[in-house]
Amino acid sequence: MTDRAFVVVRAGALTTVQDLGRPGHAHLGVPGSGSLDVPASRLANRLVGNGVEAAVLETTLNGCAVRLRCAASVAVTGAPCPVTVDGRPVAWGAPVAVPAGAVVEAGAVVRGVRSYIAFGGGVAVEPVLGSRSTDLLSGLGPAPLTDGAVLPLGEVAGPSSPVDVVPAPGPPDELVLRILLGPRDDWFTPAALRTLAVGTYWVASASNRIGLRTEGPPLSRARHDELPSEGMVLGAVQVPPDGRPVVFLADHPTTGGYPVIGVVRGRDLAAAAQAAPGTPVRFVPVRRR
Amino acid sequence: MRPLPVGEDALLIECGSGAEAEALHGELLRRRAAGTLPAVREIVPAARTVLIRGLDDPGRFAARLTEWKVPPPTATLLDAVEIPIRYDGPDLAEVAALWGAGSVEEVARIHSAARFRVAFCGFAPGFGYLTGLPERYSVPRRSTPRTAVPAGSVALAGPYTGVYPRSSPGGWQLIGATDAVLWDPAREPAALLAPGTPVRFVPITAEDVR
Repeated sequence: MTDRAFVVVRAGALTTVQDLGRPGHAHLGVPGSGSLDVPASRLANRLVGNGVEAAVLETTLNGCAVRLRCAASVAVTGAPCPVTVDGRPVAWGAPVAVPAGAVVEAGAVVRGVRSYIAFGGGVAVEPVLGSRSTDLLSGLGPAPLTDGAVLPLGEVAGPSSPVDVVPAPGPPDELVLRILLGPRDDWFTPAALRTLAVGTYWVASASNRIGLRTEGPPLSRARHDELPSEGMVLGAVQVPPDGRPVVFLADHPTTGGYPVIGVVRGRDLAAAAQAAPGTPVRFVPVRRR
Repeated sequence: MRPLPVGEDALLIECGSGAEAEALHGELLRRRAAGTLPAVREIVPAARTVLIRGLDDPGRFAARLTEWKVPPPTATLLDAVEIPIRYDGPDLAEVAALWGAGSVEEVARIHSAARFRVAFCGFAPGFGYLTGLPERYSVPRRSTPRTAVPAGSVALAGPYTGVYPRSSPGGWQLIGATDAVLWDPAREPAALLAPGTPVRFVPITAEDVR
């Protein structure tokens, strides 16, 4: 029982393996995928001495628990949550030396949605098209974690970070998404563009890794013809027939047939990954550089 | 060609037609191969557009693009991918009626005589939208989509022919089936059909199977 691996004790609501995704295959219909909160995933890796491209676990709301078959450095970042080793509280946002055979658990989030658990050596499932990420839209990469599953760990690359603890992110009372208009803002009425800028939306419970769905005032279209399928980007704000904007996240389809009114700036997407259902959302149109 | 800004580092080039978009996609690939295209992350063709992601200076690229002379899509140097097909789909009779073809055999004859090209991919990894049928053979989607279309189904919708890489829901008209593996992540390349690939459907008969 000293192989480099861990056993899933409690898979949680939805826990997936994520790294920086599989960019470069969109022309074949392959989503980019990867960690939704990229800065949190990179930080977790740095804390345990991994390269930022190593694979981590991404949990959803209620964390997960795993039993290590080998001693490893473990760090939890992203959504703040209680972290325990064999039931004893340890630090969140810091490298923790976990002995072989111990259970490390990330509990339910205090705020936010997704916690990231990095292990020294990284989660070493077989890569698919250069990435270990679970892609929930197209089913590429490892399946979401299930109780009893065994996942391998890689060889340790370097020492853990000497940092004691990192600050937890502030509570996201309101999700502010700066948005660059286009490519299809001219498919909407001037009133719709105003509504987008001044209206309050809420994160809908149907949100997932594919898209952050919203509830709020519908955006009316100036054009009602059908848009032929066109390429979609991360952060695209697509407006389906019900008029409620959907912000495309990592597992978004590579093409789509509803108009994109604007694109959320990349650096605001980590906050979108941590916005729980019911969080108010404000879209702030900004000028292009 | 109309370049539309997309976020911070991408452009959506809107073309006048699907053929124009295919031609522009071919030109972008030629320029990338020749090393005369600025570094880009992805080139994603679609029905009437080409999306270019990862541009350092999208504004400058858009300005230069207007000076491009894009030749029409030419016969490619690539050999056509041959997809063996049994024309036995459940919607074959309906397609025959929509086409005004006298029989299902006539549908098979027309479809297998066409020279296809992968215009773009989407919907699922390895699902190609193939053009090549004359416009009069466009068909609508089924009014009620099927909840499960078997992997390998060859289907029509609008001007496109597609092959389902795996079982999934779908609203296209099913005209046949193939044993070809459209998508295998363990294979290099994973996708049998990439944008620009020429394709032919080759009928197989019961005798071939025996």
